[in-house]
Amino acid sequence: MTKESRTQSNISRRDALRLMAAGGIACFAAPNLIGKPDIARAADKKPAGRVVVGLSQEPTVFNPLMAHIETDDAVHFSLFDALFRMDPGGVLQPNLALEVPTQKNGGISADGLNWRVRLRDDVRWHDGQPFTAEDVKFTLELITNPKFRAWRTGGHSLVRDLTVVSPTEITWRMEQVFAPYLSFLTETFIVPKHLLEKEADPNAAAFNQAPVGTGAFKWSQRVAGDHLELAANPDYFGDGPYVEQVIFKYIPDQTVLYTQFKSGDIDLTDQAYITPDHYDEAIKLPGRVVSLVPGASVESFYLNLERPQFKELAVRQALYAAMDRKAIIDALYFGVVTTTETFMPKESYYFNPNLPAQEFNLDAARKLLDDAGWVPGSDGIREKNGVKLAFNNSTTSGNNLREQVQQFLQQTFAEIGVQMTISNLPAAVMFGEFWLKSQFDTAISGVTHLIAADPDATNRLASSAIAAKGGKGSNVGQYSNPEVDALLKKGAQTFDQEARREIYYRIQEIVRQDLPFLPLFAATYVVGTKEGLEGWEPNTNTRTASWHAAGWRWKS
Amino acid sequence: MRSFLINRFAQSLVLLLIVSVIGFVVLNLIPGGPLAQFGLDASMTQDDLNRLAEQLGLNRPLWLQYLDWAWRLLRGDWGHSFRDGAPVLEVIGRHLMATLLLMGSSTVIAIAIGTWIGVRGAIKRYSVFDYMATVGAMVALSIPTFWFGLIGIYVFSLRLGWLPAGNMYTIGDESVLNYLHHLILPSVVLALVHVAIWSRYMRTATLDVINQEFIKTARAKGLSERRILMKHVIGNALLPMITLLGMQLPSVLTGALVTETVFTWPGMGRLFLDSLGYSDYPVVMGLLMFSAILVVVSNLAADIVVAIIDPRIRLS
Repeated sequence: MTKESRTQSNISRRDALRLMAAGGIACFAAPNLIGKPDIARAADKKPAGRVVVGLSQEPTVFNPLMAHIETDDAVHFSLFDALFRMDPGGVLQPNLALEVPTQKNGGISADGLNWRVRLRDDVRWHDGQPFTAEDVKFTLELITNPKFRAWRTGGHSLVRDLTVVSPTEITWRMEQVFAPYLSFLTETFIVPKHLLEKEADPNAAAFNQAPVGTGAFKWSQRVAGDHLELAANPDYFGDGPYVEQVIFKYIPDQTVLYTQFKSGDIDLTDQAYITPDHYDEAIKLPGRVVSLVPGASVESFYLNLERPQFKELAVRQALYAAMDRKAIIDALYFGVVTTTETFMPKESYYFNPNLPAQEFNLDAARKLLDDAGWVPGSDGIREKNGVKLAFNNSTTSGNNLREQVQQFLQQTFAEIGVQMTISNLPAAVMFGEFWLKSQFDTAISGVTHLIAADPDATNRLASSAIAAKGGKGSNVGQYSNPEVDALLKKGAQTFDQEARREIYYRIQEIVRQDLPFLPLFAATYVVGTKEGLEGWEPNTNTRTASWHAAGWRWKS
Repeated sequence: MRSFLINRFAQSLVLLLIVSVIGFVVLNLIPGGPLAQFGLDASMTQDDLNRLAEQLGLNRPLWLQYLDWAWRLLRGDWGHSFRDGAPVLEVIGRHLMATLLLMGSSTVIAIAIGTWIGVRGAIKRYSVFDYMATVGAMVALSIPTFWFGLIGIYVFSLRLGWLPAGNMYTIGDESVLNYLHHLILPSVVLALVHVAIWSRYMRTATLDVINQEFIKTARAKGLSERRILMKHVIGNALLPMITLLGMQLPSVLTGALVTETVFTWPGMGRLFLDSLGYSDYPVVMGLLMFSAILVVVSNLAADIVVAIIDPRIRLS
């Protein structure tokens, strides 16, 4: 059902008096009090209705190239286009490009260094200007502009000799072969040169507050702290849009997000989605459709491998065997999430399904520790060579489910003579240096290893990526295995999917053996939509449930 | 009066300086920092984070960051939000109206009802009404607002469907009635606590006045009870309330953290929590200075207003 909004075109004196009584002097200054007519709806026009998306974090960064977080993606995907897009099946599809360049079609040279992208000629910016290769060149150059507060520069920093061959063709050379760049470009939204080139400070450009893209929706208005309105772009070159308006509503609390979904204020719950403990109730709601959507992140028990307790494989194996994952999933997560043995999302083409399954077995865990020489001390806690098998565990405070998982693990670990002390931190503190510079003993967190769904996990697993040791990635567990390093390097230089799959299968095997972290479960999100909303499709390869608003429509 | 004002002004400046230094240092000492929000992003390498820290000026010594910030503030530049890049004053302005609307209406409700309950309780001291008001105030003060809020939403929104479950207005319908409809639940919930406070203060103040000599005189003069109550009792009992209002005024503008979260109200309280969560230093500092200035100004204003209204008080 389309939600019809009431139209009130003026304010009566009685209304004004009523408001003054209620709001005191406040009413004189209150925002948007004068009702305004809805956008006139032409009878013969296709886009109709409005979709209200609920987000539990507020989107605030609208220049898609600037440093931003997941929640901003929902807006970027609707306003902008990239050269390519990753479809729900993990297959690259052309977006602003005419085709996806490969070594086979000649778009990428045999040595992987020279790239050529041909572009659509029928795309216009929301202000009517034509989109050309100059915009692509400008975008890629802006990202590496040292003054610009860019998001990731990985991949982009390898681009050299950007050349506009014609308005519909651009070429460049890569400093070194880097296959993941193709995927990175699916999250690199192209911005308009004609609006941004004249800005002295790209960080403070007017564009950043009122973006102009090529996407299915145009910027309409933002009520800071509350919501953001996008309007259909009737000149969109692609399929859609079918709804007149998309609204991203900021609802700071996940329980309130769910309440407003229940009450019908929200048509779609985007991240942080519906909490698993509401799942059973949500699926019974009349007029609502609730889906379980696999996520790319894997919830894991992270070990700081530089701590003396965790250097030995037997300890890591014992801890893994002492995790009753089934009980955690069934009792705490209401069976919504699923077990996994790897960092690779199950939906990925590169997911290795042949890894040995973990088995919960306290006796086996005890035996592993006994055999390795970890013997219980007078206090019952095992120790070896003066090192006690005791450690802190940290997760984001205020996350009830994670805190319950912690308490559960604390108990089972105690049964094998391992002491775990809980020490939680707010997210804003935890994911600073504490996490990035490996200052924790152990931590529970949901982590995505992939960037733009490319299987390259160098930033998380390569020994060169340990920030605590001066590395440049986020290998916070400080995992180091020369064979994995070599495979990661090879994988990043291989374009052929089949060949790549072999490489990442092997990496997953080694990581499963080494257990640098102990996987708890693969994330699954509970997404709610209002009955009648069609064309909504989840996509594990993006970070948002609103990756394709162009296809949404209300059942007529 | 002039020396009083100069004195207070100087005091206020020192106070603001102290607040700003403590605020700045404490804020920066909290581990995590503005880049923690990217901590889980697989694609942000340490290089990227270092680059951002430099671009935002976060890798400078703390004292230099403070001086830079304070110098800009003195010249009227409150800085830009780390999150959306907008000027801090503009960010505050965007949230101010929502808070003003909510807190303004709840304060009006609280004062009206609180005054009535307080006066009535005082003149009918130890009556059933008085006892009920006392117990009611205790209950209202001891139950957390978020609980009231959630119960209100459950009963009036989900069960009865009379009132919206939050938000400031229905998107697309920005009529006055729609605002009012959304305002009822949060402002009543918020007012509950304030009614309790106001009624207690008002009761005490009324009891103080009611036994004064001039009330007896008024009665002896043969004035009607109604006139005594309206003109002499309430008028005089309201005087200390001006000071109370002066103390409460800043909170009218800085918002209600909990209520704004429960009712998805885009006000200053929300802004403060969010800015803190993302370590958006410029906005947090801006909010801190904004409320500090408000506290100073409204206390001063309350003193002056009392002096003007009550000729017995002289400012010196």
